[in-house]
Amino acid sequence: MPDRVRIEGASKSFGELQALKNVSMSVGAGETVVVIGPSGSGKSTLLRAVNRLEVLTSGDIWIDEDHVTNHTSDIRRIREEVGMVFQNFNLFPHLTVLQNLMLAPTCVKKRSKADAEKQAVGLLARVGLSEKKDAWPEQLSGGQKQRVAIARALAMEPKVMLFDEPTSALDPEMVKEVLDVMLDLAREGMTLMVVTHEMGFAKAAAHRVIFMDQGEIIEIGSPADLFERPQNERTKKFLAHIL
Amino acid sequence: MAEVRPLPVRIQVTDGALIPGKGDKTVRASWKIALFGALGLLVFLPLYNMAPVQEFVLSLWAGLFPSPELTARLDLLRSGKYQNIWVDILLYLPDGLAVTFSVTLSSILLATVFGLAAGLGQISRVVLLNRIATVYVEVIRGIPLLVQIFYIYFALGNLFHLDGFFAAVLSMAFCYGAYMGEIFRAGIQAVPVGQMEAALALGLSRSQAIRRIILPQTVKIILPAIGNEFIALLKDSSMVSVMALVDLLRLAKNYGSNHGDYFPPLTVVALVYLVMTLILSWLVALMEERLNQNAR
Repeated sequence: MPDRVRIEGASKSFGELQALKNVSMSVGAGETVVVIGPSGSGKSTLLRAVNRLEVLTSGDIWIDEDHVTNHTSDIRRIREEVGMVFQNFNLFPHLTVLQNLMLAPTCVKKRSKADAEKQAVGLLARVGLSEKKDAWPEQLSGGQKQRVAIARALAMEPKVMLFDEPTSALDPEMVKEVLDVMLDLAREGMTLMVVTHEMGFAKAAAHRVIFMDQGEIIEIGSPADLFERPQNERTKKFLAHIL
Repeated sequence: MAEVRPLPVRIQVTDGALIPGKGDKTVRASWKIALFGALGLLVFLPLYNMAPVQEFVLSLWAGLFPSPELTARLDLLRSGKYQNIWVDILLYLPDGLAVTFSVTLSSILLATVFGLAAGLGQISRVVLLNRIATVYVEVIRGIPLLVQIFYIYFALGNLFHLDGFFAAVLSMAFCYGAYMGEIFRAGIQAVPVGQMEAALALGLSRSQAIRRIILPQTVKIILPAIGNEFIALLKDSSMVSVMALVDLLRLAKNYGSNHGDYFPPLTVVALVYLVMTLILSWLVALMEERLNQNAR
């Protein structure tokens, strides 16, 4: 697999705190990479650096040929191709579900309204929320909100999707409906980089799992290797805590 | 007798009357007393000063405590030359009201423009814009409105020949724009950061995100605060009476000096201001409740 996302020597400090220490990794085209680790391990910071919501202190990130960390790059054009899903959904509360999906395509890609609406309706069907197209975000359950957020990101037809703890804010009974949508995406060959605590998802969908702790990558491996035969003591300790 | 409950501990930054929200019984009670008291006086005083009523009252007093002064006033009443000043003022009022309202409305509209610019400037990442906006807010808030009005009308007005109405609106809007700038800034910052991040992640520019995502949510947050500013501005518009503008206060002052009696016109004008601000604060409370009901 050619690399779609390439991270080289990524470091990030917040004042005294070093959130990322010289992290290098990659995500191949069509690959699903799951990043796990205790809170404060830097995994969200790493993910957010990929579309430059977080600016690195040093290091480089490429998405295909685009140099994300070069400040002369057109970051808006790069972001068009990088979908992001947040822990807290971040749906736009003053827009209906359909308008949430149509905003970026019409506003950024200058697609016609009719065109964008047709696409939005299709995406809502794909995440199983056709009947909610005229609902307001506040009328949706957490799981529904997150599925709308995924559809909203897909509306820009991205070539990479970033998930920042997409199920952490959900009630347990709603986790599955969101993971199912993500699993479908993975199977359809979308490139996914997922920060999550859902080991079930990692086992089912991930090609590789990355364990991070204290701003460093401790171990990278297939789900089978990393979960069943962890090499590093810190990995073992972490897995013992959560499994 | 209704139970007097202490006000809940809530420090409201408001210039106007307390907002009679549903929960605060004490505030609602005092609001009602003030409103109906003021309306009652506005009806009572003109009626009480009608010739037949005055004649009746004065003759009663004259019967009890005869005095030359009372006799003279009774003579005046009976001569038919008596004028009920209280009614007369009410007839004059609409002119002053029109000026007060047009100054207030024009000022609030222009102040909103200044305020939006100042608010956006204060959160701007362009250093120059940021400095201009923050200095504007600091400077204006540090100078009394009355001084600003004098400054624009008399000092600058001499240089640029400003028309009274224009000078009034400009000085009020310039001053209130600074206060509203703070409201806009706070309102923009009250929108969760995730909204901006989500918009940026979708490829929107910062300015697109502010226009399409942040400001529409800001407006809902700040609408009640803007309502309060409107009330405060309505009251402060009385300061433009120092210019050649005949607003409510100036009208009362003119009337008082023409008739040699300031008591009736100033009483009526004070009551009219009170009624207007009480009604407006009730409207703001209604609006707040509406917004809380469908808080999306």
